[in-house]
Amino acid sequence: MQDKTHSSYKQLEQKSKYTNLFLRWFLYFVLVIFALYFIFPLYVMVVTSLKTMEEIRQGTLLTWPSGLNFDSWLVAWGGRGYGAGDTFLKPYFWNSIKMVVPAVFFSTFIGAMAGYVLTKWRFKGDKWVFLFLLFGCFIPYQAILLPMARTLGVLGISNSVIGLVLVHTVYGIPFTTLFFRNFYVSIPSELVKAARIDGAGFFKIFFKILLPVSTPIIVVTIIWQFTQIWNDFLFGSTFSFGEAAPIQVALNNMVLSSTSVKEYNVDMASAIIAGIPTLIVYVLAGKYFIRGLTSGAVKG
Amino acid sequence: MKTLKIEELSKNFGSTEVLRKINLEIDEGNFLVLLGPSGCGKSTLLNIIAGLETINEGNVHIDDYNVSKVEPKDRNIAMVFQSYALYPSMNVRENMIFGLKQAKVSKEKIEEQLEKVSKFLQVDALLERKPSQLSGGQRQRVAIGRALVREPRIFLFDEPLSNLDAKLRVEMRREIKKLHQQLKTTVVYVTHDQTEAMSLGTNIAIMNHGVIQQNDTPENIYNKPSNTFVADFIGSPSMNLIKGNLKESSNKFSFITHGSNIEIPINGYDFKEKSNLDNKEVFFGIRPEHIFFKKSNEKDFEINLRADLSEYIGHEQIMTFNFENQEVLAKFPSTVKIDLSKNTKLFFDLTQISLFDAKTEERI
Repeated sequence: MQDKTHSSYKQLEQKSKYTNLFLRWFLYFVLVIFALYFIFPLYVMVVTSLKTMEEIRQGTLLTWPSGLNFDSWLVAWGGRGYGAGDTFLKPYFWNSIKMVVPAVFFSTFIGAMAGYVLTKWRFKGDKWVFLFLLFGCFIPYQAILLPMARTLGVLGISNSVIGLVLVHTVYGIPFTTLFFRNFYVSIPSELVKAARIDGAGFFKIFFKILLPVSTPIIVVTIIWQFTQIWNDFLFGSTFSFGEAAPIQVALNNMVLSSTSVKEYNVDMASAIIAGIPTLIVYVLAGKYFIRGLTSGAVKG
Repeated sequence: MKTLKIEELSKNFGSTEVLRKINLEIDEGNFLVLLGPSGCGKSTLLNIIAGLETINEGNVHIDDYNVSKVEPKDRNIAMVFQSYALYPSMNVRENMIFGLKQAKVSKEKIEEQLEKVSKFLQVDALLERKPSQLSGGQRQRVAIGRALVREPRIFLFDEPLSNLDAKLRVEMRREIKKLHQQLKTTVVYVTHDQTEAMSLGTNIAIMNHGVIQQNDTPENIYNKPSNTFVADFIGSPSMNLIKGNLKESSNKFSFITHGSNIEIPINGYDFKEKSNLDNKEVFFGIRPEHIFFKKSNEKDFEINLRADLSEYIGHEQIMTFNFENQEVLAKFPSTVKIDLSKNTKLFFDLTQISLFDAKTEERI
């Protein structure tokens, strides 16, 4: 009896060992497949951007370029040097920067303020204000196009970078407020009470006490807003054209307005250039992104 | 002159009444503890004294000056919070002098105060540390230090010890007591822990449902609870309340439980009013520690009760007895041997009893 159970345990142990081994390899297999699937488009983009048109025509999507040829990148960034009809990214890149930086700054700042008021200076009806702001998160872009166009017209800032800054700031406030409110809810209100007894006022409490502990949520908000605004196409194409367009609109124009031949290498290089800033933001602040989304709370 | 005087204070949150007609006075240098179960309004009352909550009715006076509409920073008070509420981004030094800087005190004066207080509280070695680098006890000290440097007229403590572990809590309790002995500043202290309240307070105000049930010295709270709530709330285990009737015959009083012939003579009891007492329905209150195994004095009432339950807790044991189908708890040294399910001879110390009207639940 004793021996029998002992041997059957041995068998079970063997069996579970094989099952585990199999499952592990299966897991790796699936993960590798997915990784390849995700990396494939990027590979094609980078490789194509480094080829000449000649190579593209002769080889396949996957063939390795003959050398590191950055010509198409230079063309995408600075153009070919001839006058009319030459679209290149450089001016629009700066348009986007001029749009993104203030829009991210203002929407983050206003969101932080609003979150602070909604959690630490409760007032009558604050729940409703928050509810309406939350509602703003669910309004689709398309729904506000016409009223916003009218507003910009009345303000006299349609087709300008300032107009886009305003649009993105306003549209971003519901999201940024939500982020900051949820973060500040976890910070003990006793901090604010203590500061009030110490004689600090509304702004002093915000700047001296809450803002210094808000780094994780500020980073999260900046990444979110930067990505949203930088990648936005709809507002950009609706509220601006020509000189004032942001980079995503210019990229679209560039790719679609090719006169005779499709220059795939330049298109790919342009697309990568348009995507690089968001990548940089992610790499620099990514670890805060995860940390800020998951933890949130600052313990005193 | 009263350091703090609260008159007819009421407070509602929407339709919920949190505080009802509170009247309270504290003399200079006294230590008032607001004690009560959670949700009784004690923290709200403290916040109102601090000026962090608005008032619906009534007034708060500090040094005979009506501060009901004065900002917290101008009330000359300092507060220590349960979560310490140290500013996380500032180091200990900055935390402690933040208030003085806001008040535009001169640099020399700030340094002088900081040095004095940090030495006094033994946090002078920690000045450059951030709150996150401090232990619970150190944080508590710094929080007290932040309150001390402002040299307030009144200290407000909001359950300052409940975040500490049991051992540290006892230590810090002693330190707060010492602090008060040395500084003699007026203190208002909120807690739900009766041991803290008893050991710290010169006065205890027991609150329930937004009403002060009794405001008295710790001795009176313990010996002469003004109603059954206070009697039940103070003491561990709480006071036995035995239901029964009073009997008066030719100016002699005794207590009889329903449907029994046990008659306890209570002639020594100090009635508030000696009229209409015959046949009155009452609670007979006696604390577990006033029931003895051996005769303690001449007036002791001797009785035989059956032991039902024994709880051993080291230095003592809590026994449950059957008193005419009502539970009566008694506390004995753990060296005493008592057999369960057998009648045991006990002695009630009748000098220590309390009597309450069964209808109004007030002391009679």
